[in-house]
Amino acid sequence: MTLGEIIKTLDCRVVAGNTNLDAKVRTGCGCDLMSDVLAFIKPGAILLTGLNNPQVVRTAEIAEIRIVCFVRGKQPSQELITLARESGITLLTTSLPMFEACGKLYMNGLSGYDE
Amino acid sequence: MDAEKAITKVQELVYEIKVNQVMVTDVITVSPHNLMSELRVLLHDKRISGVPVVEGTTLVGLVSIEDFVKCLSEGKMNNLVRDRMSRDVITLYDDEPLVRAVQEFDRRGYGRFPVISRENGALVGVITKGDIIRGLLKRIEIDYHEEEIHRYRASYFFEDIIADKTTLIFQYKVTGKDFSRAGRTSSGLKKTLRRMGIPPKIIRRIAIATYEAEMNIVVFTDGGEITAQVTPREIRVEAVDSGPGIPDIKKAMEPGFSTAPDWVRDLGFGAGMGLTNIRKCADTMHLESTVGKGTRLEIAVQLNGAVKHDSGDHH
Ligand SMILES: Nc1ncnc2c1ncn2[C@@H]1O[C@H](COP(=O)(O)OP(=O)(O)OP(=O)(O)O)[C@@H](O)[C@H]1O
Ligand SMILES: [Mg+2]
Repeated sequence: MTLGEIIKTLDCRVVAGNTNLDAKVRTGCGCDLMSDVLAFIKPGAILLTGLNNPQVVRTAEIAEIRIVCFVRGKQPSQELITLARESGITLLTTSLPMFEACGKLYMNGLSGYDE
Repeated sequence: MDAEKAITKVQELVYEIKVNQVMVTDVITVSPHNLMSELRVLLHDKRISGVPVVEGTTLVGLVSIEDFVKCLSEGKMNNLVRDRMSRDVITLYDDEPLVRAVQEFDRRGYGRFPVISRENGALVGVITKGDIIRGLLKRIEIDYHEEEIHRYRASYFFEDIIADKTTLIFQYKVTGKDFSRAGRTSSGLKKTLRRMGIPPKIIRRIAIATYEAEMNIVVFTDGGEITAQVTPREIRVEAVDSGPGIPDIKKAMEPGFSTAPDWVRDLGFGAGMGLTNIRKCADTMHLESTVGKGTRLEIAVQLNGAVKHDSGDHH
C-alpha cells in the first residue's frame, strides 16, 4: 500500500512528518512491546501501537521504521512529535482500535511478512 | 545492483519521482499572435516537434510540426498561430508522479506533454519520454553510487590510517531511570556508524543490541557507560553499569524472563526479550554480573563475515 492509501483506509490524521503520499509501505506490525518490535519488524514497515511515549519513536528509529500510527485516538505529546521530526519519522493517529486498524490494513493488501 | 533489483527500483521510482523533478523548465514557447511563418526557425533549426502556445503565463494551445506543414502546403504562412494551433491540449501537473506521465505517453502516443502548475495553472515545463528515462537513470546511478560508497567507505576510512593496529573508540554515558533521554546513545552510535560507511545491515544489528543494553541500564540501574570499539574487522560494544547485578544470568537470558516493574511495562518494555534480541543480533555475546556490584555486557559483530541473519528475518 502507499502511505496515502493507509491514511485513507484508517482515516488517519498526520501529526508529523513526511507527506509523500506515494511512499510505498510493504509490511506492517501491530505491537505494544518494544522488544518484540525490535525482534520482528522489517525495516520500512509501518508500526501500529497503542503506546504513547517518546520511546516508541526511539524504537522506530533504531528499527528503521519510517511510519508510526497511534491507534484508538491517542494523541502524541509535543516532545514525541519533536523527536519524530528530528528522526524523520511520520506520525499518524487513527481513532480505530488496534484490532480493527490492523485488520483493515491486512484486508487492503498490507502483509505482516515481506513477500 | 543486479537486473532484478534495478527493475524493482525503477517501479518504485516512477511512483516516487515527480514530474517537476525531470521536466525541462526553460521551455521555448510562442504567442498566439505570432505568424505561422515565424515558427520555421524554431521547428526546423531547433528540431522541436511541437511548441506550447502561451498567453501571459497561461497555456492556450499547442502548435505542432504537422500544423506547420499543413499550413505550408496550403500556402497560408501568414495565418496566426492562434488560428492553426490545437486548443484541447493534454497536460500534466507538476506534482504528479512519473507513473502518470508514463501512462499518458502510453495511451496517447504523443512525444511531449506541457506541464502545468497545480497552484496557479501556469505553464512550468515540458516533459518528454527522454526526460523520464534520463531522470530515472540518473536516480538509479545516484542510488547505485551511494550503495557503492557504503560498501567501500568503511574500508577506505581505515586504509587512510597508517598504523599497525587501529581502533576507534566512542564512549557514551547512560543516565539511569531517565526515560526521556533513553535511546540517545544507540541513536548517536547508529548515526556515527552510518557516517563511517558501515554497511546498513551491520548497523541495524549493532543499533538494536546497543539499544536493548541501553534500556536495561536505564530501567534496572542508576546509570552506566557504553563504549563502542570499531576496528577494520569488527565492532565491539561494551555496556557497563554499577547497578544491582543479575543473580541468575542463565535465567535472565531466557526469553520472557523479566523483573521489570509495572511502570516499565506500561511504557512498552519488560517483555523479557531484550537479552534474547541482543544474542540474536550479535556474533558473540558475553554477560557477567556480580550482585551488588554491577553488570558488564560485551557483544561483537564481525564486519566481513556477514554470517548472521539480519535480526528481522526471524519469526
Ligand atoms: N543491567 C542490568 N542490571 C540488572 N539487571 C538486569 C540488567 N539487564 C538485565 N537485567 C535482568 O535481566 C532480565 C532480563 O532482561 P531483558 O533485557 O532480557 O528483559 P527486560 O529488560 O526485562 O524486558 P525487555 O528487554 O523485553 O524490555 C531483566 O528483567 C532484569 O531482571
Ligand atoms: Mg531489556
